[in-house]
Amino acid sequence: MVKVDYYIILSAVLFTIGALGVLIRRNPLIIFMSIELMLNAGNLAFVAFSSVYKSFSGQIFVFFVIAVAAAEVAVGLALIVEIFKTKKNINIDEMNSLKG
Amino acid sequence: MHLSETVVSGFFFLAPWLVFAPLTGLLFNLTISKWFKFSENQVGAVASLASGAAFVVSVLLAYSVSINHGEMVSVPLAEWIHVGTLKLDWTFRVDSLSTTMMLVVSGVGTLIHIYAIGYMHEDVRFKKDEGRFNRFFIFLNLFIAAMMILVSGDSYMMLFVGWEGVGLCSFLLIGFWYEMDTLARPSWANSNAAKKAFIVNRVGDFGFLIAGFLMFWHLGSFQFDEVFKAAPAVAESAPWVIVAITLFMLVGVAGKSAQIPLYIWLPDAMAGPTPVSALIHAATMVTAGVYLVTRSAPLYTLVPQAQYVVAMTGAVTALFAATIAVGQYDIKKVLAYSTISQLGFMVAAVGMGGYVAGMFHLITHAFFKALLFLSAGSVILGMERGHHHLAHAQAHHESKPAKGKKLSKEAHDDGHHSEEPVETFDPGDMRNMGGLRKTMPVTFWLYMIGTLALAGIFPFAGFWSKDEILLDASLHYQGVYWLLTIAAFLTAFYMGRQVWMVFFGEARHDAASHAEESPRVITVPLMILAGLSVLGGALNLPFEGFHNLGHWLGHTLGEVEGLPLDFTVAGISTVLALSAILISWLIYGRNPIKAGQVDPLKKPLGFIFTGMENKWFVDEGYFALIINPFKKISQFLADVIDWRFWHDFVHDTVILGTYNWLSEIALDRYADQKGIDAFANWLGTATQSVSATLRKVQNGFVRSYALSVMLGVVLILGYIIFK
Repeated sequence: MVKVDYYIILSAVLFTIGALGVLIRRNPLIIFMSIELMLNAGNLAFVAFSSVYKSFSGQIFVFFVIAVAAAEVAVGLALIVEIFKTKKNINIDEMNSLKG
Repeated sequence: MHLSETVVSGFFFLAPWLVFAPLTGLLFNLTISKWFKFSENQVGAVASLASGAAFVVSVLLAYSVSINHGEMVSVPLAEWIHVGTLKLDWTFRVDSLSTTMMLVVSGVGTLIHIYAIGYMHEDVRFKKDEGRFNRFFIFLNLFIAAMMILVSGDSYMMLFVGWEGVGLCSFLLIGFWYEMDTLARPSWANSNAAKKAFIVNRVGDFGFLIAGFLMFWHLGSFQFDEVFKAAPAVAESAPWVIVAITLFMLVGVAGKSAQIPLYIWLPDAMAGPTPVSALIHAATMVTAGVYLVTRSAPLYTLVPQAQYVVAMTGAVTALFAATIAVGQYDIKKVLAYSTISQLGFMVAAVGMGGYVAGMFHLITHAFFKALLFLSAGSVILGMERGHHHLAHAQAHHESKPAKGKKLSKEAHDDGHHSEEPVETFDPGDMRNMGGLRKTMPVTFWLYMIGTLALAGIFPFAGFWSKDEILLDASLHYQGVYWLLTIAAFLTAFYMGRQVWMVFFGEARHDAASHAEESPRVITVPLMILAGLSVLGGALNLPFEGFHNLGHWLGHTLGEVEGLPLDFTVAGISTVLALSAILISWLIYGRNPIKAGQVDPLKKPLGFIFTGMENKWFVDEGYFALIINPFKKISQFLADVIDWRFWHDFVHDTVILGTYNWLSEIALDRYADQKGIDAFANWLGTATQSVSATLRKVQNGFVRSYALSVMLGVVLILGYIIFK
């Protein structure tokens, strides 16, 4: 049985990659993917601890996270489509009309 | 005895109608007579009937008192003020003293009402305002009502209500022709006379009120019986209280009954129509002071010092006023000073404890002085008629003087007043008269009766009453006796002077030679008064069994022994009176003064006569001593203290200046602009600069937002882990 530490380390690595992706990339689709990556890093941590503590709560959380992520992507993609329709462009840095 | 407690026979229940009867007449004339435009005779009849009803009630009350053996009965009407120990009720006090006053007031009052119908009929035409006829009778009825409250009140406060009421009526009637002087020229002289009477009386009323307050404080009541019951104990422990009460009361008496030093208003009060002078300023109202002292007899008897002061005040006034009367030229002014002098006799009498003598003189004086005043009114009217007739005849019908009588009537009716001569004719000036006994014979004989009664000639009423006072004085205070005797001598002298000047000799003015006798409505009341002036002495003859008035008043004042006739006193006064008349004949009767001639007394008496002529400069003295300093002080207070100091300095400089400095400099410039405003402005600019800085954070890059979220998470987690 693989020690739980490795799962957590993997989860942390995945999360960091996701977070950096969100901060660095300019394409919203890539940002969405990075967000998925962070969510799934979290899922991984949940599942790992679930098996350590012999509890199903973690796994149930994972289902919720997957459902919420799906909904979020649906909303997010719809927004991006609409933005593209108006701006013919989806560069994230151009969407700054709320700038102070 | 209280009416509600015991059943007493008689007409006591009628007592409130003493007041209600004249009030009914007043209200009737005020409303119905005006609405239905009653004629003058009807208005006069209503007023006279109202006054007559009060007389009938008085007679019934006097009868009731006599069948109850003179016992006092109080008739409660209504509750007035009940506060703590103060209990004031509208209660009528019916006893022999109050019924005596009621009879005098309503009796003489009714006769004067009737006389006034005739007098005012002509007076309103001479003064050219016929609308005031009704008003005169309203005031007259109001006066009777107030006087009835005064004499029938059961407490000092109810008496005071009447006292002020008659004062008000006096004011209203003196100023009846308020916008002219006595000669009907436009002027404020009459209203000034009214104000003078009112203000001088206010000084007296102040004394009365102080007496009332002291009385309530120390004796615990205003009700007569309770006051008199409490007084002896207080007189034992603190005699000064009773002295103070009686002397302050004397101030009130001096105001109302025109005694030194407050008599000065009465001569000026002659500005009122003659019936007013007769009713209010001779027969009734001015005797209220005498009544007050008599009513307060139980208080005065306790303090002989106060009695002496009262007696001396009366005696000095009697002499002083008599000297002034000698030097007057106005027929009514002579009678006015004579009234002051006679009131002095009464006050002296009641001051000496001779209450019966004082009341006796009050009654007889009411008869003969009313008679004299009303006759003087008749003389004045006669002179006015003569003058009017003359003016009319000169203006229009100089060629036909034979139709004189008819013409004068026309002059009254159709009002040809525009062409009167410019000369101001004074119908009351005795220097314009003379020889009136031929043109006005009825008035002449009536005036003679009044004169003889006033001079104290046997057997007229004045002889008996004046003699009783002199006799009382000779037994008590010699000083008072001599003062009064000299005053009696002067009385006969000035009355003699007046009669010679008015009725004898030759007419000194054409108006006097054309004077006409007055109508019956004027002369008949005078005849009744003349009859009373002749027979009035029978009320209290100084013979055994004839002291009727003394016995009657004894029920109230305590029985006094009637004094027998003293031939020395009576002899001296009669001889003096007769010699005074003789002297006056030598001076004024033997050689009647001619028109424009100075008074024959002026030469031998010199400055003394000048003093008499000018009222001893008392009014001028009051002006110099009180009124002018008072005016100066008021002017100083108004100009300097109030205006310059308070207004200009304190208000404008100190208060307004401080306020301006505070608001403009301290509060506006410093506290507001530099404090509050500055803080608010700083708050605004600070917010602006902070937000300008913070705005830069909102750069619109989603990544930078995400980075801050991330950093936040790191910080929070770091805090949780490493805390």
